[in-house]
Amino acid sequence: MSTNPPIPLRPTTKPLSDALSKEEERLERQTDEGAQELRPTTREVVLAGGGMWPQDDLGDTMIINMGPQHPSTHGVLRLMMELDGEDVLRIKPVIGYLHTGMEKTGEELTYVQGTTNVTRMDYASNFANELVYSMAVEKLVGVEVPERATWIRMMMCELSRMASHLLFQATNGMDIGAVSMMLYGWREREEVLRIFEYVTGLRMNCNYIRPGGVAVDLPDGWQQRILDVCDLVVKGVSEYDELLSQNPIWRERTVGLGIITTEECLALSITGPILRSTGFAWDLRKAQPNLAYDQVEFDTIYTSNGDVYDRYRIRLYEILESVRIVRQCVEKMPAGDYRVQDKKITPPPRARIDESMEALIHHFKLFTEGFKVPAGETYVSVESPRGEIGCYMVSDGSSKPVRMHIRGPSFYNLQAIDPMGTDSLVADAVAIVSSIDPIMGEVDR
Amino acid sequence: MADDTAREEDHEAEAAGDVAEPAPIPDDVAAAVVARFPGSVFVDSHGQAVVYVEREVIADVALMLRDEEQFTMLVDTVVVDHLVDGARPLVAGIAPERFEVVVNFLSHARNRRIRIICQVPESQPTAPSLTPTYPGANFAERESYDLFGIAFEGHPDMTRILMPDDWHGYPLRKDDAPARVPVTFKGDPSPR
Repeated sequence: MSTNPPIPLRPTTKPLSDALSKEEERLERQTDEGAQELRPTTREVVLAGGGMWPQDDLGDTMIINMGPQHPSTHGVLRLMMELDGEDVLRIKPVIGYLHTGMEKTGEELTYVQGTTNVTRMDYASNFANELVYSMAVEKLVGVEVPERATWIRMMMCELSRMASHLLFQATNGMDIGAVSMMLYGWREREEVLRIFEYVTGLRMNCNYIRPGGVAVDLPDGWQQRILDVCDLVVKGVSEYDELLSQNPIWRERTVGLGIITTEECLALSITGPILRSTGFAWDLRKAQPNLAYDQVEFDTIYTSNGDVYDRYRIRLYEILESVRIVRQCVEKMPAGDYRVQDKKITPPPRARIDESMEALIHHFKLFTEGFKVPAGETYVSVESPRGEIGCYMVSDGSSKPVRMHIRGPSFYNLQAIDPMGTDSLVADAVAIVSSIDPIMGEVDR
Repeated sequence: MADDTAREEDHEAEAAGDVAEPAPIPDDVAAAVVARFPGSVFVDSHGQAVVYVEREVIADVALMLRDEEQFTMLVDTVVVDHLVDGARPLVAGIAPERFEVVVNFLSHARNRRIRIICQVPESQPTAPSLTPTYPGANFAERESYDLFGIAFEGHPDMTRILMPDDWHGYPLRKDDAPARVPVTFKGDPSPR
């Protein structure tokens, strides 16, 4: 159908008579309001197209743009959709509107400063970005992170997964029309962000996980606060479940919509909840465990239909699995250092700077020049809320990377729009984009 | 650091002893690739299997990995510009060029990864596209084209993806610095 040559649109403009256009020109030369009122109101008559929509197969399709400033495209995503009436024939995502050259910036920053940069990529689950960056640096340096730092990292990553999936529940509800869901999702997410502020000082873009460990130790009394938030989130999730999962309107809007198969997912490099919604239980936390994921109990959530409803459910129940992991972290949190005691990698405590010349020198060197990383290359990947996030790092032995590349899961997952959206309706395309849950900061980097 | 030098020496020893008796490759997939494609070199990079292959055969390597070795997913395609990388670790048997195309593969069935790297000269910045084999490489190769100017031959839609269509230059190349504004001081002789 798309191979047919485009036919001209039906006449939309009524030809103006010569006299009328001369009068028009005369009026347009005048600028006062009185003349404007005299402007003939029948200048353009748009014809509706003459009756019924054509039933023939003339290839009468049109291409419309959705975005880049469309409330349901999650930031600045532009979709070019070829439509036949209301049926979507194909979708092409057009990205780059949020491209800020973060990989180029990453080459200009030292390894100490680098996490500040990468934490702004996937701004809805920033800990995963910081984690892959730090793990790549640690792999090149060859440093082992203390056990407590590992557990803190795992706990913060799972809290971040909760926040990200709560954000998804909010925006997904808003896109599909359950506006009250939006308020509830934001409400619970805010409580998780308060934990981030309490632990790291910042609600978002925390820059907490750094090469060698984490920035600061957990504050006093953190256990109770985190457990309280866990209870709140569990209560919230049961409310969402009650509100949406069996809601007939919600099911009408989501079940059987935007179906993708496992084969398509694997071919298109799609990971995370989208892959798991097709019945393929692949989770890097289970398959290739890093941190301490092999010491906690949790289940991989997967369903078999591959539609929008399944992706909603997977993300909903993954919140509960994250709560399980966080509770085990609170219970099993080991004592010890929160960062590696290597003076060449982690800065000295503030108090030591006043009394030790070496501490002052190390502090100065770390925050001006940074530490040197042996030449080499490595690729590290973890499971972010959106799928496999990876960091490919090339070092030349200096204190800045030659190449720092983040494999953003949203970037690859966006390729799923076309197979999912084909043969759907325009209104459903919104639900499909929402179910992919792209974060444009990570797509465009 | 000490570990790394040890590894380098290991590797050099392996390369030196190549003529007499090639050292066994610990990774069987990498061994299969090296055996199939002459000119390929295996490197253990921090415990990860890396195979340097000739640029011309990288599509065939991908096809072999997909059809024979159960590598179900192309995880990532990256390009690296080594223009100013003085301390670049050289791989014996591989002539270094300015650009490297790095492709990460993942096998779900066998739960393992492999990385394939090929060299791309500055004078002819092209590489075979893997999109016909792994459609997921589509965006990544467009990004590499956009930011490094490496044209992937056989790609269905080799256009810019992140930068505007009328952009000149390739931003992630080391000699392309569009955002660099020289600092000017009061009283400086300037063209203005």
